[in-house]
Amino acid sequence: MAETRTVARTGVRRTPTTYVLRFVVAAYLFLLVAWPVSLVVVHTFEDGFTSLEGILSDPDVVTALWLTVRVAVIAVVINTVFGVGMSLLLVRQEFPGKRLLSALIDLPLSVSPIVVGLALVLVYGGRNGWLGPTLESAGFRVIFSTPGIVMATAFVALPLVIREVVPVLHEIGTEQEQAARSLGASSAQTFRRITLPAIKWAVVYGVVLSLARSLGEFGAVKVVSGNVLGQTRTATLVVEEKYLNFDQQGAYATAFLLAMVSVACIVIVAIIRPKEERR
Amino acid sequence: MTLFTRTPRVLLAGGLAAALLATAACGTGDSAASAGASGSTTLSIVGFAVPEAANKAIAAEFTKTPEGEGVTFKTSYGASGDQSRAVEAGLDADYVHFSVSSDVMRLVDAGLVDESWDDGDNKGVVSRSVVVFGVREGNPKNITSWDDLIEPGVEIVTPNPGSSGAARWNALAAYGQVIAGGGTEAEATDYLDKFFANVVSLPGSGRDATTSFLGGTGDVLMAYENEAILANQSGQGFDYVIPETTLLIENPGAVLKDADPKAREWLDFVLSDAGQRQFALTGFRPIRDDVDYGGTVEGANDPSDPFPAVPNLLTVEKDFGSWSELSAKYFDEENGIVTRAIIASGKAE
Amino acid sequence: MSTTNTLDRTSGVGLGIAMTWFSLLVLIPLSAVVFTAAGGGWDLFWRTVTGEQTAAAIRLTVGQAALVTVVNVVMGTLIAWVLVRDHFRGKALLEVLIDIPFALPTIVAGLVLLALYGKDSPLGIDVANQRSAVFLAFLFVTLPFVVRMVQPTLAELDKEVEEAAASLGASRVTTFRRVILPSIVPAITAGAALSFARGVSEYGSLVLLSGNLPFRTEVTSVRILSSIENNNLAGAAATATVLLVISLAVIVLLDVLQRRVSGRG
Repeated sequence: MAETRTVARTGVRRTPTTYVLRFVVAAYLFLLVAWPVSLVVVHTFEDGFTSLEGILSDPDVVTALWLTVRVAVIAVVINTVFGVGMSLLLVRQEFPGKRLLSALIDLPLSVSPIVVGLALVLVYGGRNGWLGPTLESAGFRVIFSTPGIVMATAFVALPLVIREVVPVLHEIGTEQEQAARSLGASSAQTFRRITLPAIKWAVVYGVVLSLARSLGEFGAVKVVSGNVLGQTRTATLVVEEKYLNFDQQGAYATAFLLAMVSVACIVIVAIIRPKEERR
Repeated sequence: MTLFTRTPRVLLAGGLAAALLATAACGTGDSAASAGASGSTTLSIVGFAVPEAANKAIAAEFTKTPEGEGVTFKTSYGASGDQSRAVEAGLDADYVHFSVSSDVMRLVDAGLVDESWDDGDNKGVVSRSVVVFGVREGNPKNITSWDDLIEPGVEIVTPNPGSSGAARWNALAAYGQVIAGGGTEAEATDYLDKFFANVVSLPGSGRDATTSFLGGTGDVLMAYENEAILANQSGQGFDYVIPETTLLIENPGAVLKDADPKAREWLDFVLSDAGQRQFALTGFRPIRDDVDYGGTVEGANDPSDPFPAVPNLLTVEKDFGSWSELSAKYFDEENGIVTRAIIASGKAE
Repeated sequence: MSTTNTLDRTSGVGLGIAMTWFSLLVLIPLSAVVFTAAGGGWDLFWRTVTGEQTAAAIRLTVGQAALVTVVNVVMGTLIAWVLVRDHFRGKALLEVLIDIPFALPTIVAGLVLLALYGKDSPLGIDVANQRSAVFLAFLFVTLPFVVRMVQPTLAELDKEVEEAAASLGASRVTTFRRVILPSIVPAITAGAALSFARGVSEYGSLVLLSGNLPFRTEVTSVRILSSIENNNLAGAAATATVLLVISLAVIVLLDVLQRRVSGRG
């Protein structure tokens, strides 16, 4: 029956709507993202590879790039562990204050970068902070040092993994997990064998988003890092500095590198993605 | 099937391992990494962005002198206000070089800089410039004086004095030139109202204002001569006009209270001819008129006469009192003269 | 509010650790801000946030963020739909584009948006120094949220229910409305909440484009920065606190909405 055939391949029917949707989406993404980003590429390669070479041969810039990568990875790992754990708690458990906590989790994203920096300095600042002086006398410096940068980065990307995973956890329901439990699996086994595979793409998207966000964060990091060349200057601060010194090409080249890392992540995700796409 | 389910976990594990390795291999950069050869000093310089190149050059010269031998530098550059707040919050610094005195006053109030920082001959000033008008190529609207700015139809771009201390020079110049020309305070306030009515963009910093102007906004840009010259040197410049009456921009430099003693010698070097020469080459006006910088500065309107004398040069000290006084009088968040002019212009639509 | 407690020992400890980190990173710093605002006294707080310029900035910020969220909900779902359900050459390219707004430092985002949609715009679309500049900048930085939230959920949907609906004679529109939409509404609202939150906090990419004109294109972040520059920390914290409260209200509202629509608790 024709009906069965079309039903079996839901989503592959080519109606005019399909083409309209494709066009609208492509046009939107082109105007909003592709075109502006292509400008970054154009400016970076205006003189061929010279600006990229200039950037990569400056040891201070390379240090900054490595610092950014280190900070981003640490922040993403922290946010992923926190994120997956918190998602499980929010969806699978009940406890007083759960709804409030869920709302509070989104809050970090709404805080202006200036205020993020301000808030962290108010608490962890070495001279006048609530906890800063105590920590510093114990030898642990937060603000104007790497831990502060990690915290600011983790702060701005906090909800991303959780918000990816929570809807999927809702969607997959608990039947499989309950079945596993009733068959004698421990919590850890259930998590590893049933839950994790089901949420893996949500986690992956969350990680990719968090990584991109962590790489690109500027305002909050600016306040907490102190921007010391060769030590606490991150890639986004390099971009600002180049910009302030009228080295626009250098700014574009550094931004290009950051964008490329995020592109690379998506490409990796696309590659390791299973062939389940071609249903 | 097993290979597939294992792959993400393997990748995750591999990724973590790589991250940890990277962290270990690249070191923790900021833990007491400043130890050089025994007996060497490290000076921490915190400054505003534009003199970065000049300071770097001066540092290179300094290390060639006997006082500066073996000295290494830790530097941090950014927007003046941000840098000042960072030092106040605990950023290590031996020497600071900011765009505007209020950024040093912040540190005096915090007890980090001695009150006598501006008692020397140079009054605490390390580099200078003047307020200028940036104009379109060929100056089509023929903007040369302050009165031209308030003509109807003239679109002004100026950095926002509300959110940037370094942007306040422009507003002060606009006000002060009326008084210097014999006007009353009422006339000056009136001028400011007309000035801000013509403002079409208030970007957050001088650099942003330049970008905005170069991006097509406005007919005239309120700029600093040194930024105009630096912009020209970097190929992203614009024509500029020095009005007959304008304000002298004085960038303060100070050594902190508990700084390394070498910092004093550094400051002396910066103030010496050798140091001032480097500032001149990047577009700043040296603090003395007799500094020899070779006579040519690329990027200026006339490279062989880069810092023409201004017929009527206003200064903060002479025409406005002290920075703390003028901060309250002109820029107070609710009652400042400039603040109110900006609000009035916003409500006028 | 539910007071049942299903926590066993493992999850109890897990919650404890998570809450400790959350407090150290978010709750304590944010309360420091609120505290600083309170430290200036109620009078200063009220004066600051009802001051004309600040109130106008807050209205602009919240208004534009809300508008952008609505657009994102529609376009984000559309984009996620095309990325998950449609297959065509070049789709991978679209996939790659989505996250770039995140990774681009806001200075550069501002520079390119100014170049393309400012005075020298090749397309002739000039939004520089107008409200639409704020709208555009917000749109740029919030793009990935709804898309990336809806994508995994859409991909996890059980096709059987859709097929059953179709075999019972439901049109595609009905299937979408009755079967698919309720399942992705939690993801959409999650993305919408984040989109609003992020829009409200955006600063770097719009400073160049918007011109910061008081009462017209000045956003709250600029007001906060002005207060800080004037060493008026209590005022800055006051404005920040108001924004926090508004964001929290919107987040909670969206959560309530989501429960109503999807019938999930």
